[in-house]
Amino acid sequence: MPQNAENILDHENLFRQPEYVEMFENKKKNFEFSVPVDKVKEIIEWTKSKDYQEKNFARDSLTVNPAKACQPLGAVFVANGFARTLSFVHGSQGCVAYYRSHFSRHFKEPTSCVSSSMTEDAAVFGGLNNMIDGLANTHSLYKPDMIAVSTTCMAEVIGDDLNAFIKTAKEKGSVPMEYDVPFAHTPAFVGSHITGYDNALMGILRHFWDGKADTAPKLERVPNESINFIGGFDGFVVGNIPEIRRIFKTMGIEHTFLCDPSDNWNTPTDGTYRMYDGGTTKQQVIDALNAKATIVFQQFSAEKTAKLIADHGQEVVSLNHPMGVAGTDQFLMELSRITGKPIPAELELERGRLVDAIADSQAHLHGKKYALYGDPDLMLGLTQFLLELGAEPTHVLSTNGDDKWAAKVQALFDASPFGKNCKVYPKRDLWHMRSLLFTEPVDFLIGNTYGKYLERDTGTPLIRLVFPIFDRHHYHRMPIWGYEGAMRVLVMLLDEFFEALDANTIIPGKTDYSYDIIR
Amino acid sequence: MSLTVEETKARNKELIEEVLKAYPEKTAKRRAKHLNTHEEGKSDCNVKSNIKSVPGVMTIRGCAYAGSKGVVWGPIKDMIHISHGPVGCGQYSWAARRNYYIGTTGIDTFVTMQFTSDFQEKDIVFGGDKKLEKIMDEIQVLFPLNKGITVQSECPIGLIGDDIEAVSKKKTKEYNGHTIVPVRCEGFRGVSQSLGHHIANDAVRDWVFDKMDPDKNKFESTPYDVAIIGDYNIGGDAWSSRILLEEMGLRVIAQWSGDGSIAELENTPKAKLNVLHCYRSMNYISRHMEEKYGVPWVEYNFFGPSKIAASLREIASHFDDKIKEGAERVIAKYKALTDAVIAKYRPRLEGKTVMLFVGGLRPRHVIGAYEDLGMNVVGTGYEFGHNDDYQRTTHYVKDGTLIYDDVTGFEFEKFVEKIQPDLVGSGIKEKYVFQKMGVPFRQMHSWDYSGPYHGYDGFGIFARDMDMAINSPVWSLSKAPWKKAA
Repeated sequence: MPQNAENILDHENLFRQPEYVEMFENKKKNFEFSVPVDKVKEIIEWTKSKDYQEKNFARDSLTVNPAKACQPLGAVFVANGFARTLSFVHGSQGCVAYYRSHFSRHFKEPTSCVSSSMTEDAAVFGGLNNMIDGLANTHSLYKPDMIAVSTTCMAEVIGDDLNAFIKTAKEKGSVPMEYDVPFAHTPAFVGSHITGYDNALMGILRHFWDGKADTAPKLERVPNESINFIGGFDGFVVGNIPEIRRIFKTMGIEHTFLCDPSDNWNTPTDGTYRMYDGGTTKQQVIDALNAKATIVFQQFSAEKTAKLIADHGQEVVSLNHPMGVAGTDQFLMELSRITGKPIPAELELERGRLVDAIADSQAHLHGKKYALYGDPDLMLGLTQFLLELGAEPTHVLSTNGDDKWAAKVQALFDASPFGKNCKVYPKRDLWHMRSLLFTEPVDFLIGNTYGKYLERDTGTPLIRLVFPIFDRHHYHRMPIWGYEGAMRVLVMLLDEFFEALDANTIIPGKTDYSYDIIR
Repeated sequence: MSLTVEETKARNKELIEEVLKAYPEKTAKRRAKHLNTHEEGKSDCNVKSNIKSVPGVMTIRGCAYAGSKGVVWGPIKDMIHISHGPVGCGQYSWAARRNYYIGTTGIDTFVTMQFTSDFQEKDIVFGGDKKLEKIMDEIQVLFPLNKGITVQSECPIGLIGDDIEAVSKKKTKEYNGHTIVPVRCEGFRGVSQSLGHHIANDAVRDWVFDKMDPDKNKFESTPYDVAIIGDYNIGGDAWSSRILLEEMGLRVIAQWSGDGSIAELENTPKAKLNVLHCYRSMNYISRHMEEKYGVPWVEYNFFGPSKIAASLREIASHFDDKIKEGAERVIAKYKALTDAVIAKYRPRLEGKTVMLFVGGLRPRHVIGAYEDLGMNVVGTGYEFGHNDDYQRTTHYVKDGTLIYDDVTGFEFEKFVEKIQPDLVGSGIKEKYVFQKMGVPFRQMHSWDYSGPYHGYDGFGIFARDMDMAINSPVWSLSKAPWKKAA
């Protein structure tokens, strides 16, 4: 009998007991009519080959294990970053169950979001009634200050018009006429979650700045000295925003985060559930029009939003997820240039400490090869940081990065001697990456939780620095931005290096001469 | 201070009235039909079910795609399941359900992979059939050991008029009878996951059973052949169930669908008895096999020793004395284990109250396991149950149990706030809400990444998990000590 009350066996050990092992063998032998073992072995080997890679890279229709999600996910992220705002996704309800689960699995936090629950009849007649009832219910039940509407692909395919629907719903009394219901069309078949972030954020700014869908006068910009900050879709937002806030405060810069979910996804366990916590207020959005400039930390996550802001007369500085020493330097120097404020000694000291840490450890990372995948801006930031450490970002891949992005990555390669043998892969997925890891192996992989399947298949150790991270806890609470964030990333890179080295030298009497105490 | 049954009923009534007040009138009327208290002796739980969710209320439900790809088809391990449409649906459901299986992923098994047609605007405008054909060609090149392909439709497919059936037929022919199954599980169909289960069941009937080659995969039948239906092997549930059936002398010829294979689906009409765990998601195909192939089916419940023993005997009653003795032998064999588990955990859990909100069979099936540990389920409800589920629930729940069908986020929060159970069992979307409130919680869809919970081996894990949730020292920390005095 495998199980034992005194020492309960969990699944990872229970099913290794002989009773189960025998059962699995019999099941396979007698009833699965599966492929012979030799054939399986042959195909395993073939998938590691150049020949397989060529066929794999020749596909133009099938996507396998992509590193991107769909637009509304980004819209839900955005809504979560505004004060007492409820995300309302117009379309099928299953989508909303998915977004909520996805975020909760990453942040280990509740994620509120409602659906207009459209079904077959709405597919035929349109979802107007769902919008009318839905807004009324959301408003009376959850009492948000604002309802931010986005769409699933169902509503987009049948062509529901959010502007008209919301207007009609207001006329029918679902919510008061003056109630704020910013909206964004977020078709899942265009772009990715970062596109949805962009559209949703633009929808909110446009709502408040450009006359609330023709129901209020457009705002006039009266410039002041404040700086807006747009972080972009960011899995580390809970750690990153407080870090950026600290930098702003240290420099004495008045600032506004346009979309700040760092409190909403970081509420305490103290006996009270907070459905809404923190976030950018409506007044802050209104005032943000007057800012001197806006920093967009992730260009590809806010391209249209950046244009909207620039069209309103503000300077917009779009960065590509700057991180590490030079990346953070660039960010701070831009802040200093825009505001005319000097970079304080305190930050310079932090910088010095980061450089000190890199100097202490660089020998372990120098020349190490990395494969990395994820959102386009994060890839740019990581590539820059790795090059600065003397490491080689050998394969840089993005499912939602386009040729324009690839050119930017190539420019980083070209600017560094360590980028010489590195290659960028736009619009590719993790099954492409699998081939690359076999035919041109690297020392480490940087990715999200799904990278663990690549680690299993190819033996490349995985460092989790990309959303979503489901199988490690609390990484998102630590920043990866600023000098402090770079320190964190440096430690993660080093930890994985040391773990791998220890694992490679741990056999007693055989390899453990290198199992060193001092490294 | 526990309430009497009458007091509980009065409290529930008041509570329901209170939550309904928060809704606009029209919605309050609709929601009122889904909330009630179970009355002893009634044939169901006095609630309406399987009705469209109200827009804007934060339903916990999913969609038909989730029911087909996520539940029924996804675990069939040697087939490739294409999430057909935009990238999201497949991405969010990628490997999220822990349907354990044995195989070399990417080579001869594919469960924890995300295959998608990643629809772009041009596919919506011009249709996706050509792309789907090309995808199947690419699958055949890159994954040559796949035993079949299913097309799991996402919302746009049915809206743009694609003919995935024609594509599937064409490609089956082109690939020498390769099993290709089009599934019309677009997310907007029906009111929840439930229709997706039904559609998926029908797809097995039409595209697997009706197209089977009788000369393929032959095996010698025995009088003791059974198939496990409706166990998705979450955390290994089907395995810790199968071992008991085999120990009592039965031969399990198929698992549906956790760790299942296309061959096992095809084996099943030869079973002497189908044993059905998740009635909700697989009663349809069980009824079909009874009608068409004369295979009877019986429901069972492998949560907790009381229900396991009753189920083993019930299953055995369909066979001869050898199996009946086998059932008794199995029950006796595991008695020491279950006694030890209960002796260890019951004193720590006795009298604790539980509120559930889950899908499928669990809102009723797990009640016995809690009761084996001395715990009481004081509220329960189904995400996507039908009236036949609520009928079956009457055999499990006590008089005065609060029943909530398709509960909304708001209602669930208020109910728990007022009733203050010692444990809530629901899903990932609910978990952190209640933990913030200081209420211990276990995910009862995914077993909170633990499991198995089925069978005798699973019961030990279940008991340990409930104990660690409820008796964790963290709950005594949620209030700051300087606030306790106040």
